[in-house]
Amino acid sequence: MTSYIIRRLSMGVVVIFIVTVMVFLFIRLLPGDPLTIYLNKTDMQQLTEEQLFELRVKFGLEKPLPMQYVDWIGGLFKGDMGQSVYYNIDVRLLMTERLPVTLYLGALAFVISGVLGISFGVICALKRGTWVDTLVTLLANIGITMPSFWVGIILIYLLSVKAGWLPVSGFISPFENFWESTRRIIMPVTCLALFPVASLTRLTRSSMLEVIQQDYIRTAWSKGLKERLIVSRHTIKNALIPVITVVGLQVAFIFGGSVLIESVFNINGIGRLATQAVQNQDYLVVQAVTLVIAIMVVLSNLIVDISYGWLDPRIRYD
Amino acid sequence: MTPLLSVENLKTYFRTYRGLVKAVDGVSFDINEKEIIGLVGESGCGKSVSMLSILQLISNPPGEIVSGRVMFDGQDLLQYKSKSDAMSAIRGAKIAMIFQEPMTSLNPVLTIGRQLTESLEIHLNMTPQTAQERAIELLRMIGIPDAHNRLDAYPHQFSGGMRQRVMIAIAISCNPKILIADEPTTAVDVTTQAQLLELMQDMVNRFDTSLVIVTHNLGVVARYAERIYVMYSGRIVESGLADDIFLNPRHPYTIGLLKCVPQLGETRQERKLVPIKGLPPNLINMPTNCAFLPRCDRARDICRQQLWPPLELVGGQHYVACFREIMEKP
Repeated sequence: MTSYIIRRLSMGVVVIFIVTVMVFLFIRLLPGDPLTIYLNKTDMQQLTEEQLFELRVKFGLEKPLPMQYVDWIGGLFKGDMGQSVYYNIDVRLLMTERLPVTLYLGALAFVISGVLGISFGVICALKRGTWVDTLVTLLANIGITMPSFWVGIILIYLLSVKAGWLPVSGFISPFENFWESTRRIIMPVTCLALFPVASLTRLTRSSMLEVIQQDYIRTAWSKGLKERLIVSRHTIKNALIPVITVVGLQVAFIFGGSVLIESVFNINGIGRLATQAVQNQDYLVVQAVTLVIAIMVVLSNLIVDISYGWLDPRIRYD
Repeated sequence: MTPLLSVENLKTYFRTYRGLVKAVDGVSFDINEKEIIGLVGESGCGKSVSMLSILQLISNPPGEIVSGRVMFDGQDLLQYKSKSDAMSAIRGAKIAMIFQEPMTSLNPVLTIGRQLTESLEIHLNMTPQTAQERAIELLRMIGIPDAHNRLDAYPHQFSGGMRQRVMIAIAISCNPKILIADEPTTAVDVTTQAQLLELMQDMVNRFDTSLVIVTHNLGVVARYAERIYVMYSGRIVESGLADDIFLNPRHPYTIGLLKCVPQLGETRQERKLVPIKGLPPNLINMPTNCAFLPRCDRARDICRQQLWPPLELVGGQHYVACFREIMEKP
């Protein structure tokens, strides 16, 4: 088990290395660099060549690409993520300020999608063919087909602009004002969780229906167990094995979704930071955001793979 | 003596996209106390479905028990709802079942111990502690070595034969009145088959249980069964004591079946094995006359003109559903 985790982690390091190299190169393929964009935006074009060069040296942009990469990685090990050109502060400060917001929204969406998706799926499977099943399956199908940012815009229009029930956008820390914070995150979390809930509902339902037909469920009935016990002890655990895979994939999906949703709802998390940083070609910020997301996704995949063994005793790690 | 369980005119139909399948069409039989019964017939003749119907284990849709009675302890089991508590109190406790596929009949994510103890806890109200001890005892009884440690094993760590042993242990754990073994040895190799059958016989003798062996293997039936029912396309065509069936078969189908079984000591020159010509009929849109007619080499005009022949007594406990027998009855 330990050796399995170590092996998986070292594979994860390779994945993360490749991701960082690719992002590092791709962001630099764009024409221009963070300085020119920053100077254009701030009307400071009248700098001399010399002053410009000084700035380039300050941000390490004059070095050859491999050196810039090595400098960045080296900095990471010292806890230094470099300096943002656009915001002119430490990227680390930027991240510690923005990351908790995204994690908070993402974790909520993740938990909600797991709990709701799996329970809806189980309920549908048990009530197969009834109006409950038909309705929930229909909603789930609608849920997967609608783009989350579009739902976000519709929600803002209906609930905020028309009805005036919820604030249009923005984010307040729950420690500051829990009620206001909750009111503001209802719509973004709904949008983030929409697709995961819908896809998990569908998957859980079909997985449950498959397990219900298995011979061992018939055995359980023949032993005289009550339906409740058959579902809770004999069916769900088997049905969750394929579902867990997809639960893990939702982590990546939710991070991806936060890039759009945070922009729609004007929330200062790393999703929105990523969009802004790409627009400003703020190299080090883009790299830092990608690195953090890559690490999260790799770790969540590892957790999924380990949890298989907990669900299914046939899986061995060696 | 009233029988322990008596099935009367049971009809189980399946609604499929291609039409109504009359898998069991008017089957009646009795199970007496401490009796070993053989239910014989080829694949798809409704043997398993009639057994599953007794415990209402037919999934609906597509299957449905259309009519009939299953009298047990003065109660008609078919009056209970399939998922009712009353039905659950019968299943496993009074009537237990062993299935054909040992590889898939145990839950892969639960330990053997859990799957053994749960019925003990439910039907006999045992505490987890005593259920555990009883489970170890049962595993020893069915010949699983190192029973104490094997409780925590999962089904995939057991071979097919051992899994079927565990199924037997689960089935007899609550000391049922009737044990139904639905082709228990089909999926295991021949040496294991013999061991499993001996084990089952031993268990039903020890616990005074009646045993129904559902099989297409006449050899199995000949060795163990006291009474035999022969099924063909959803109906019983012949029934009687084992000796009646083997020494004096009357229905052309039974006669045909016995011709397919090699006898010990026979050489190839003495007697060739004769297969029954043709295939069993499609259960969708069955003809209303005798279903064996197209394959029968002794058919009479009356067989073509009349509806399916009823089961008639031809002596002792021997019943046959064939016009030839009815007409030529002394």
